[in-house]
Parts: sequence; C-alpha cells; structure tokens
Amino acid sequence: MLDKSLIGRSLHTSTIQVEKGALRLFAKAIGESDPVYTDEAAARDAGYRSLPVPPTFLTCLEAQASDPLKVIELAKLDLGRILHAEQQFIHHAMAFAGDELTFATHIADMYEKKGGALEFLVTESRVTNQHGDSIADIRCSLVQRNS
Amino acid sequence: MKELRFDELTVGDELPALPLSPITRTTLALYAGASGDHNPIHIDLDFARQAGMSDVFAHGMLSAAYLGRFLTGWVRQERIREIKLRFTGITHLQDAPLCSGRIAEKFEHAGEERVRIELKTTVRGNIDTIVGEAVLALK
Repeated sequence: MLDKSLIGRSLHTSTIQVEKGALRLFAKAIGESDPVYTDEAAARDAGYRSLPVPPTFLTCLEAQASDPLKVIELAKLDLGRILHAEQQFIHHAMAFAGDELTFATHIADMYEKKGGALEFLVTESRVTNQHGDSIADIRCSLVQRNS
Repeated sequence: MKELRFDELTVGDELPALPLSPITRTTLALYAGASGDHNPIHIDLDFARQAGMSDVFAHGMLSAAYLGRFLTGWVRQERIREIKLRFTGITHLQDAPLCSGRIAEKFEHAGEERVRIELKTTVRGNIDTIVGEAVLALK
C-alpha cells in the first residue's frame, strides 16, 4: 500500500558541478558523434560557452548529485518490480560544463491503478543554475507492478 | 546539420528515422556508469533473475537519450522546449532501437513559431518502447 502521506515531501535539494569528463562519458554511452557534445572547440564554434548538457542528461546529473534509490526506500517500494513509466522535461535554458546545477525535488503524487496492481510514484524537480536561472522542470513517474 | 525550418514543415511530415545499434551488456554497463543510474536490474543478471526477469534489460532513459540525440540531430538544442515521454515497452538485449518522429502540429506560443513532434522508439519492427512528444521553437 502506498503511504500517501508522503505526497508533498521534499526529497532533496542537491547541487552538482557539471564536469566535461562526465559529459564525454555520456556521449560515448549513447553513441553521440556530434563533436559539439565532446569537443570544446566545436562547442565554442557552435556558439556555446562550453560543452552542452544534453536534453536528458539532467536526470543523470540529479542521480549523481543525490541518492536516486532513497525515494524507493522511503516509499517502501521494491526495486525489482519498478519500471519507469513517464518522464517529462520542460527546458527553460541550456546548461554547460562548469555550471553548478541545483535540483530541488519533491514527491508530487502517488496513486494506484487496476485495484492496486500498479502503484505509481511521481517526483518533480526544479533545476536552477549558479545564477538562480531556471534551467528545467522535470517530472518522473515510476510504476511498481504488484501482480 | 540542416536545421528544421518552420516554413518548410507540414503537419504529417516524417523525420528520417535514426537507427541505433543492438543493445549489448556493454551498452548497459556504460550507460549505468555514465548516467548514475546504478539500478542492478539493468546490469546484474543475478538480481534480474531474482526479480523474475529472464535477463537484464535496457534503461528506459537510454532510449530517451537516443531520442535526445535524434532531436539535436535536427535542431540546435536551445530550440527544444519540452520533451514528454511514456515508456510503453521493455528494450531487451540485442534489440536495435529505432527513433522516429512526425510533425503533429504547427502553432505559435510566447511569440515563437513552434512544432509539436510525435516521437517514438521502436524495437523488433513494430514494438513501441517509448511514445511521446517534443515541442520545438523554430525559425
């Protein structure tokens, strides 16, 4: 049973500096061959101040800045039965290597479907940079299969 | 890169698909390390079996990252306003994801000319693994 008293609970406010090596490793992992994402000179030629943070890498930075399994423990969910259900990004501005990004994350919703056979947990993160500029709003929905 | 241009797009246009290589255990180990998602269900066969799966399977966010690549192959990244994705199927080892997109809507918002693109990743011909959309602000 979901403990819905957790809805609204803050999970963390975590800050991480974006490192070039982490961006290059991510590019390698996803087969990104556009040099803008790995070569500073190419990034500058494209008008960027350093290597860009790719659109979905924000969730990875958050995982590196915090303990992504904490919410699973807190909500007493079972890691082996969890799947990612939905992921949303609203991008306000780009982030780059050298930026310090802060992720402020809370539990936004918890609900069941199919008489409890599926349990959903939704988190929302607000991402800002070192200047306080809004970078993105992220929403992540996990589902636990109980049948 | 030839950028997508608002005036040159018509609702219903399909973007040329991006085919990816088959997913291997190395792909998943690399993505786990690079992403910070260390959930053992994706990298530890013993854990996956204990959880009732026959084998490890790909991170949903790996396919999401491929869709990010697909988009930034067509527009400069600062044009991406939104990405909304639903994970509808599991990507197994040796599956080769295919990213595709179709122009679903052209509209104006906040003084910008925008397009809504229906996005998908599919495996084994016709199995959807992600269904979603992106909103891009174009020139």
